[in-house]
Amino acid sequence: MHGETDMNEGGPSGRFAPSASPLVHPHGVTERSPATPSDPSFRASATRALGDAQLRANFRRAMDGLMAKRAAQFPDPGDLQALRDLGTAVRARSLLRLPELLEQLEASCARNGIRVHWAETCDQANAIVLGLLKAKGATRVVKGKSMVSEEMHLNAFLEAHGIESLESDLGEYIIQLDHETPSHIIMPAIHKNKGQIARQFSQKIKDATYTEDVDELTALARKVLRQKFLEADAGLSGVNFAVAETGTLCLVENEGNGRMSTHVPPLHIAVMGLEKVVARLEDVAPLYALLTRSATGQPATTYLNLISGPRAKDEMDGPREVHLVILDNGRSRIYGDPQLQATLRCIRCGACMNHCPVYTRVGGHAYEAVYPGPIGTILTPQMEGVGRRHDLIHGSSLCGACSEVCPVEIPIPDILVRLRREATHADAGSKVAGKGTGQTMTEDLAWRAWAAVLKRPRLYRLSAWFATRFRGLIPGGMPLLKAWTMSRTTPLPAPRSLQERIRKGGLPHV
Amino acid sequence: MNAATPTKAYFYGTCLVDLFFPDAGMAGIQLLQRAGVEVVFPEGQTCCGQPAYNCGFFEEARAVARTQVALFPQDLPVILPSGSCAGMMKHHYPDLFRGQPEEAAVRAFSARVYELTQFLVDVLDVKLEDLGQPVKVTWHSSCHALRDLGLKGQPQALIGQLAHVELAPLARERECCGFGGTFSVRHPEISGAMACDKAEDALATGASVVLSTDGGCLLNVKGVLEAQAAPLRVQHIAEFLWERTHAR
Amino acid sequence: MSDARAAILARLRSSGSGGPLPDLDTAVLERRHWSAAERVQRLRQGMASVHTEFLEARPEDWPAVLRAFCEREGLRTLLFGPATEAGHRLVEAMAGSPTALRPYDAPVETFKTELFQSVDAGFTTTVGGVAETGGLLLEPGPREPRLLSLVPPLHLALLPTSTLHDTLWSAIRALGWGQAPPPNALMISGPSKTADIEQTLAYGVHGPKRLVVILVHDLPGTPA
Repeated sequence: MHGETDMNEGGPSGRFAPSASPLVHPHGVTERSPATPSDPSFRASATRALGDAQLRANFRRAMDGLMAKRAAQFPDPGDLQALRDLGTAVRARSLLRLPELLEQLEASCARNGIRVHWAETCDQANAIVLGLLKAKGATRVVKGKSMVSEEMHLNAFLEAHGIESLESDLGEYIIQLDHETPSHIIMPAIHKNKGQIARQFSQKIKDATYTEDVDELTALARKVLRQKFLEADAGLSGVNFAVAETGTLCLVENEGNGRMSTHVPPLHIAVMGLEKVVARLEDVAPLYALLTRSATGQPATTYLNLISGPRAKDEMDGPREVHLVILDNGRSRIYGDPQLQATLRCIRCGACMNHCPVYTRVGGHAYEAVYPGPIGTILTPQMEGVGRRHDLIHGSSLCGACSEVCPVEIPIPDILVRLRREATHADAGSKVAGKGTGQTMTEDLAWRAWAAVLKRPRLYRLSAWFATRFRGLIPGGMPLLKAWTMSRTTPLPAPRSLQERIRKGGLPHV
Repeated sequence: MNAATPTKAYFYGTCLVDLFFPDAGMAGIQLLQRAGVEVVFPEGQTCCGQPAYNCGFFEEARAVARTQVALFPQDLPVILPSGSCAGMMKHHYPDLFRGQPEEAAVRAFSARVYELTQFLVDVLDVKLEDLGQPVKVTWHSSCHALRDLGLKGQPQALIGQLAHVELAPLARERECCGFGGTFSVRHPEISGAMACDKAEDALATGASVVLSTDGGCLLNVKGVLEAQAAPLRVQHIAEFLWERTHAR
Repeated sequence: MSDARAAILARLRSSGSGGPLPDLDTAVLERRHWSAAERVQRLRQGMASVHTEFLEARPEDWPAVLRAFCEREGLRTLLFGPATEAGHRLVEAMAGSPTALRPYDAPVETFKTELFQSVDAGFTTTVGGVAETGGLLLEPGPREPRLLSLVPPLHLALLPTSTLHDTLWSAIRALGWGQAPPPNALMISGPSKTADIEQTLAYGVHGPKRLVVILVHDLPGTPA
């Protein structure tokens, strides 16, 4: 499991067909948004995903299961809130002391024999990893799950340099076989069904025969991957939490591929976002409790792996060298804004996506980003630019289901509103990437006109009079109405407004 | 009602109720009056400013909000037949006016804001007598009523007081209907899919009416049900409660 | 990349981020207390729910219990750390057993292929357990190498009931991991598992397919 974890441990199994409904969604799924080809378009991808009934059924079933499992882990609302408050405080304290804790982490790691490297960009991080591998002549790398390495597009980078970089988390392995990206940060292959995986394994794994039996498919992967662990020159992993005081890298997982990747090969390279640090090892306990329960509804994962050093002189195994690459990639800029800093509290549990009505319907790939779902809608635009990902910032109904379950209480809707502002206004003093680049004269004028009417009650009254008198004449082709009526009838104003009735007839009496 | 119960309150109609559900506004006022509250309905009401606020157009939202706050100078409760607008005025106005000269005044205003069912239950503790025919209804919690405002079952408690009303819960009662203001037109495909699912959920309950406390959700679900010619109507909870409890 | 380091830290420091640190209210962790018997019960329940198996033993007979298990299961080789006290007792108890004891006493490089391909089981001690969620606490090291509990398809772990902690949080504090962490420390709740294929749970994906805990009832008054 993972943000930097593979915790997927399943839920109710059994296939599930899309329900036969009298309400077949009427909108045309071929509708495309007008985005230019070079820009990612959430709307276009989401629209394609909505047309895929199997995909929607898969996500709905999986998310329903995950929501139920999480809820079962938090039977007492008071305890849940107390734990969330504690988790939030731990993360908030860590961020407030971030520069100091990072330096302390570096010193503690050094004391433990773990070498720390710093990268401002993904390119720098990739170069560091490549340099470390080349220094050891490593050509075969096994990877534990790491979303930061997805940010870096590390696999492609290493392949381009002639180094095999093999994902060993089962879900990651499955999608790597098809050259896909994760559709969920914890369950990367959640969009695929058994049949697809069975076909893929039978075609791409040597000597594999076709089977849809999950145990047999898992055994197939085990056989291939254990040989890879045995032969690997280096292991690469993410980090769930890094402890400043003790120089400890914490990895949370169910499969054991994380332990294999970090303990079997002679070289272990861990990559982490700079926000992952916490002060003390005991701070990890509440975060771990929140992470596993929020992510997959497990009280604990199979493994919590605390790594505080390479193989000691008298040890028989473990990596000879451990390196930690600390990546910025826009995080320090996010850090610079007191409101947006809350984005960095994230512990990558994925609960926000599991509970998101938008994510549930379109799946992770529609976001065209490393981080999908609600956390992706605030993180991705801050990394890539709020103008470029304007459609993502608006890809939320602001329903708040995400912040309601977020174990570290990130106010995702509030941050979305803030980013919507940043996208359309280039405020002086703002550090947000791409601020103001989503501004259009049309939208500016529309809101100015909106305010001009609504701050003048007489103009509002006049508009209301027109809307109610000519309610049957609203042109269906109006730009906003056209979108609205893709699935709905044209909204019909009442014959007389409330205010007009009260003005003319007075308040009612009982 | 005990001695501390307010006997006078402001009513804020909200733009959606004003234009689309005026009967709900009337009913809300009557429910309050019947509970012994003198209702004041100031002229000059337009919109709470939420659409602009949610899109990040804070100056425009503030310009509108400022005129609205000014309509409610007395220290009286302000009652809204909308969880979303109440959430905006109660919880987002203080953020919107942070650092502005009116901040203190706005905070004082926000503290007086209530959603209608919240006020009827928590403050007035109303008792309803059902005079209607047996009917099965379902309830849609608007997200902002649930999560911005923190409504905790007040509407269901009121419905529960009606002897001849069966409340059939939605399978996904806490899930968004897909309205989301401008979301419904910026991402009409996703919004439409969510709205259709909500309508499907409502139909599956076997209820004949979907109730809600939010005009946006009602318009959204109504639009889908009508497009599908589904045998189910939507109604604002204020209108429903008043219809069933007043002698004609 | 010291330039990157300096630039990152400078950017973080220039943010003006600061202010009072929020308090850490750990009451929700502190109030989780169970009696010794309840701790055993909780641990067993938590771990059994994720397919951990249990063998019951007394302090004096666990090696015999372990031997009987190995022979019942037809294990050919059992890898273990020979330098621990438990290891010494194991050597005594397994004399003449068809299950061959294989000491892990040389660098892994000398027998990596054998480790991956022909060891049936690994035996480790533990430094405790966690009652709340059900988990074993291990400190792999020179005497019990890291891969002992990972690579063999069956992991046998010795757990005295007197060593159970209420929570992970209290265990971390009691074991001093926050002051002097061992190079590697682990909490293990069951055999390796995955649900990456259609949310269907499957065990033994990379690590052990089975985890068997030898529960040593060493508390007075606990049933053996």
